[in-house]
Amino acid sequence: MSRKSPPRRKNWTWRSQALRGLVYQFFAIGAVALGVWWLAGNTMHNMQVRGIQSGFDFLARPAGFDIGESLYAFDSNHPYWQAFLVGLTNTLRVAVIGIILTTVLGVLLGVGRFSRNALVRGLCYAYVEFFRNVPVLLQLLMWYVFFTEALPAAAQAWTLGPLFLSKGGLSFPIPVWETGHLWGLYGLIAGAALAFAYRRWAFRRFEATGRPRSLFWVPLGLLFAMGALGWATGGAPAHFVVPVRGEFAIEEGGSLTPEFMAVLLGLSIYTAAFVAEVVRAGIQSVARGQGEAAAAIGLSQTQSMRLVQLPQALRVIIPPLTNQYLNLTKNSSLAVAIGYPDVVSIANTALNQTGRAVECIAIVMLVYLTTSLATSIFMNWYNVRAAIKER
Amino acid sequence: MKFSTMRLAAAAFTGMGVLLAGPAQAGKTLDAVKARGQIVCGVSTGLAGFSQADSNGKWSGLDVDVCRALAAALFNDPEKVKYVPLSAPQRFTALQSGEVDVLPRNTTFTLTRDASLGLSATVVNYYDGQGFMVPVKTKLKSAKQLKGQTVCVQSGTTTEKNLADFSKANNLNIKPVVFDKLEAANAAYFSGRCVAYTTDASGLASIRAKEAKDPKEHLVLPDLISKEPLGPMVRRGDDEWFAIVKWVMYGMLEAEEYGVTQANVDQMKASSADPVVMRLLGGGNEDTGKLLGLDKDWMTRAIKAVGNYGESFERNVGAKSAVNLPRGLNNLWNKGGLMYAYPIR
Repeated sequence: MSRKSPPRRKNWTWRSQALRGLVYQFFAIGAVALGVWWLAGNTMHNMQVRGIQSGFDFLARPAGFDIGESLYAFDSNHPYWQAFLVGLTNTLRVAVIGIILTTVLGVLLGVGRFSRNALVRGLCYAYVEFFRNVPVLLQLLMWYVFFTEALPAAAQAWTLGPLFLSKGGLSFPIPVWETGHLWGLYGLIAGAALAFAYRRWAFRRFEATGRPRSLFWVPLGLLFAMGALGWATGGAPAHFVVPVRGEFAIEEGGSLTPEFMAVLLGLSIYTAAFVAEVVRAGIQSVARGQGEAAAAIGLSQTQSMRLVQLPQALRVIIPPLTNQYLNLTKNSSLAVAIGYPDVVSIANTALNQTGRAVECIAIVMLVYLTTSLATSIFMNWYNVRAAIKER
Repeated sequence: MKFSTMRLAAAAFTGMGVLLAGPAQAGKTLDAVKARGQIVCGVSTGLAGFSQADSNGKWSGLDVDVCRALAAALFNDPEKVKYVPLSAPQRFTALQSGEVDVLPRNTTFTLTRDASLGLSATVVNYYDGQGFMVPVKTKLKSAKQLKGQTVCVQSGTTTEKNLADFSKANNLNIKPVVFDKLEAANAAYFSGRCVAYTTDASGLASIRAKEAKDPKEHLVLPDLISKEPLGPMVRRGDDEWFAIVKWVMYGMLEAEEYGVTQANVDQMKASSADPVVMRLLGGGNEDTGKLLGLDKDWMTRAIKAVGNYGESFERNVGAKSAVNLPRGLNNLWNKGGLMYAYPIR
């Protein structure tokens, strides 16, 4: 029931605010554009005068260097743009897994601050105060030193079944791909569809009869049961490439390098301290009466948190949480200090091999700008979804 | 404390230097240096024997001696140098943007660097090759045994490319672990993160001598996988400054060839009958410095400050130093090495 004001015609005279605003904006944008144009022109001119070659043509030339870890096969013959792509995927690998880890950990810690158990409360408090007050670079170096100094050499690696933990990182068995796995995948897809259908049905039944059914464990069970069924249909392939102790290193199998683990742990644990505070603030923003009302209708403490308080707290949580996600992504650029080949590290190398400093730094800026904007857009969309629908 | 981002920021800002600096003018480096009363010299962040600051902040090394000789030739005072420690990724931008006048920073001359960075390679002051260092306990005898292993390396060097070439040519699938800073790469190698460490052989000797808990526990493998001619670079387009750097370095070689040393330079200048020595030192009516825009005593002062090339070598990286490198390729041309100065006349 919005009230429409009668349409007013804008008054385009020199004394009107609208026109003045427009003129000011025009001049402001013009000044910025002129500044950028002057900087760009001056740079080009100076580089030309000094005989520095410039341009992005180098991206198509072979890179000529190897990259220690990459999600897909990279060879020194591949062009520079693929090297940058490897750096980007390595950055995203840390960012995406880090965001998931930090969210889980942060929410647990934030909720833990309201625990009735004084020990849990105190531990969560101590965690937050310790990890958010030590600079993140130091934490990364601390984890890296832990992995490279405190862990044993490969020859004396700590073993737990087929797992090896040593200075070389964490090695684990990886399954050998067989067609049977494809059946398992089909099973999972079918399970997902079934779980979705079940949830809709259970929810409708709940609204109709008031009898609650599990909306989490049963669908999860369905998903995995179908996956297992598909896998069994495909002949239950269970061949693994198991890591073995080599002369100097653990060979074969899959592995996580100490660089990756240090970056991932360091960033997740650091950011989780901030996320915990964001979650705590969000929960505190929910009126006390909501929890009491939930208790009055017979919801347990956990149910009250999960069904009443957290969903309302989300409105307050999401915007600052977005900031934390962006911080985590951008802080991953510190990985270069401990030898993780993220996009900054690759750009550093490329910058040196080619001397195209301005271009390489522009690429790095573009990468972070793009990932940050994408994260923001996604979180804004989620924020709109979580916001109270006011009618 | 965020030194790696600081480093990138520094690289970005030197990039900004190119963005904001006025138009370059050829031939002006000498004037700027004279007006400033000081040479600004880009050196490493600490590589024993080549450029390293002691506990009092006093720099020394084979590369540092180039700066000292230049300062002596220009100002009669080898201390009139400002040292700017540069990481490998920073060095070229620092020189391009005019932050430093000359870059003697154990830097390899390559075609790409000479032709596309707006820089010029002057004279080689150390002929090197890339090698590998491994802990003795691995019992490795050759770099070709490194199949599938991790190798620590510093970023922003020719080393990364050589390593990739070597790995490919020998089908070794070596996994590089790349560090932004020399110190971080050293620490990772000595912690046992990598099976081997690779950089120029001289660098390995220097790192082994200075950084290892027990140098005897580490072995530099005999394989050299590349040619690494190291020497100072200057900005392209300033031929006068280029010539001064080049000829001061040749002067140090010429001095060794003709037996002029830090100790006997005055006596040689006063009494030598050899016309080559007289031209070098500006004795009698000879004045070779004038052609370079310097005065006649330019080399006398430089040699008094740092000695001839051989003296500088022995003091910094040779048998008298902790690094203890053999003279090898860096001997004079008439003693089986590659060091050959153009005639000073």
